[in-house]
Amino acid sequence: MKINNFGYLIKEGLRGIFLHGFMSFAAVCVTVACLLIVGTFSALMYNMNIIVEDLNQTNEVMVYVDESLSEAKAKSVGTQINRIENVQRCDFISREDALKKFIEDHNENAAFSGVQPEDLRYRFVVTLIDNAGMKETIAQIETISGVANISASYEMAEGFSTIQKILNMATVVVTAVLLVVSLLIISNTVKLAMYDRRDEIAIMKMVGATNGFIRLPFMVEGFLLGIIAAALAFGLEWAIYDGAVQQIAAVDSLKLLDFCPFTDMLHQMILIFASAGVFVGIVGSWTSIRKFMNV
Amino acid sequence: MIEFSDVTKSYTKDTQALKGVSLQIEDGDFAFLVGTSGSGKSTIIKIITGELKPTSGHVHVNGYSLERIRRREIPYLRRTVGVVFQDFRLITNMTVYNNVAFAMRVIGAREREIRERVPYVLDLVGLSGMDKRHPNELSGGEQQRLAIARALVNNPSTIIADEPTGNLDPARSLEIMALLQEINNLGTTMLVVTHEKELVERFNRRVIVIDNGLIVGDGMDGYFPYEDQ
Repeated sequence: MKINNFGYLIKEGLRGIFLHGFMSFAAVCVTVACLLIVGTFSALMYNMNIIVEDLNQTNEVMVYVDESLSEAKAKSVGTQINRIENVQRCDFISREDALKKFIEDHNENAAFSGVQPEDLRYRFVVTLIDNAGMKETIAQIETISGVANISASYEMAEGFSTIQKILNMATVVVTAVLLVVSLLIISNTVKLAMYDRRDEIAIMKMVGATNGFIRLPFMVEGFLLGIIAAALAFGLEWAIYDGAVQQIAAVDSLKLLDFCPFTDMLHQMILIFASAGVFVGIVGSWTSIRKFMNV
Repeated sequence: MIEFSDVTKSYTKDTQALKGVSLQIEDGDFAFLVGTSGSGKSTIIKIITGELKPTSGHVHVNGYSLERIRRREIPYLRRTVGVVFQDFRLITNMTVYNNVAFAMRVIGAREREIRERVPYVLDLVGLSGMDKRHPNELSGGEQQRLAIARALVNNPSTIIADEPTGNLDPARSLEIMALLQEINNLGTTMLVVTHEKELVERFNRRVIVIDNGLIVGDGMDGYFPYEDQ
């Protein structure tokens, strides 16, 4: 491809878009909608990965002591925990400290002002030496008399991992279906442009234009449609995501859903949107071109 | 040079369009190809332009062996063969200048070459000064001149004119034939497919007669075998 043809190809690609302005607009809108859904699933996956990763990295276990035990007896449970091989340290938390932390964690929320220290249990924050042996260590702690309950991050991590797996599968299926929808709509738009210019294509073939040269303006058209849709979808995704995160934060006082800011996943999202846009644009136009090449 | 050696072409098992055609058109020759509808004229043209492959036999066109030609070589074969059609096949939303320039652009010519070559070719076919007009502002004869200019602009060694005067009145037909002869005099091989007896007789050039897929006449006397055509 000579460099002097570059301007011609871009010009022809743009001409194709405006030749069927409404169809191009419809193609961009549908592709934006599809990319938005794909982007939302990707953002959810990104957050889920962070949550699971964080949970897996936590080497602390919370051990709750039977509420019927006195403070002295509760502390003696700690001595037994400390004897376990995989335990690095075991910090006792009194009912008062537990209440302070609980209120702090919930931004001094007035809703919890009635909670009394007696409502909470004595507890230990047990730090492990090796995370890999967490399950075995918990089993050992459970055998100690006076231990009422154990909260380990791996249990939550396992729960989130299941959600993560389902989300992964759903993302793959949804992405595949929506990419096919986008491909078809872009393919149809380019097909219309090609149909409109079939006489030109026949003349191009007749005078000896190569198939590559004939294809390129249509590929440029598909590429431009894809990239325009990707840029619009990216901007919308950013705005919607930020809005949704703010809304969730406002109602989720327990901070159960702690989503990262959009800027944290900016590079990944740019990559996802740009590659999906370019993919549907180029592949969509490519599939529509083949038929018209046999002139 | 165009050379057919014992060429056959079958579309289906029972339909044989060419039944062993042999002919040779040397560089710089001028020949008419005449025959009734369905005689095999279009098949010959399509084989020459690489649209169809022969079923058997050997075809050589301007250095390309068409029974062995690769798909990606066909555009380069077509650059050596300019084609003019009865229905002109012009791009109506392009100006006269751009219709011709388009043929150069799509084979990757530089704008500078295009600016030099297009006015020269338009002048050669008698369309100088009309470069800003659109095809629908031209007469039939002018449109065919424009189609010839487009076929000529990439400097092909051969021009195939498929019924080039079919849509024109006798006076315009004569002008177009005179133009094709003039182009032939400049060294371009010319193969004109026509039904028009008067033209064939008037120009007294080589006539190749095809009938039912076979060459039944090939002479230099302007002989036209179909009195009722």
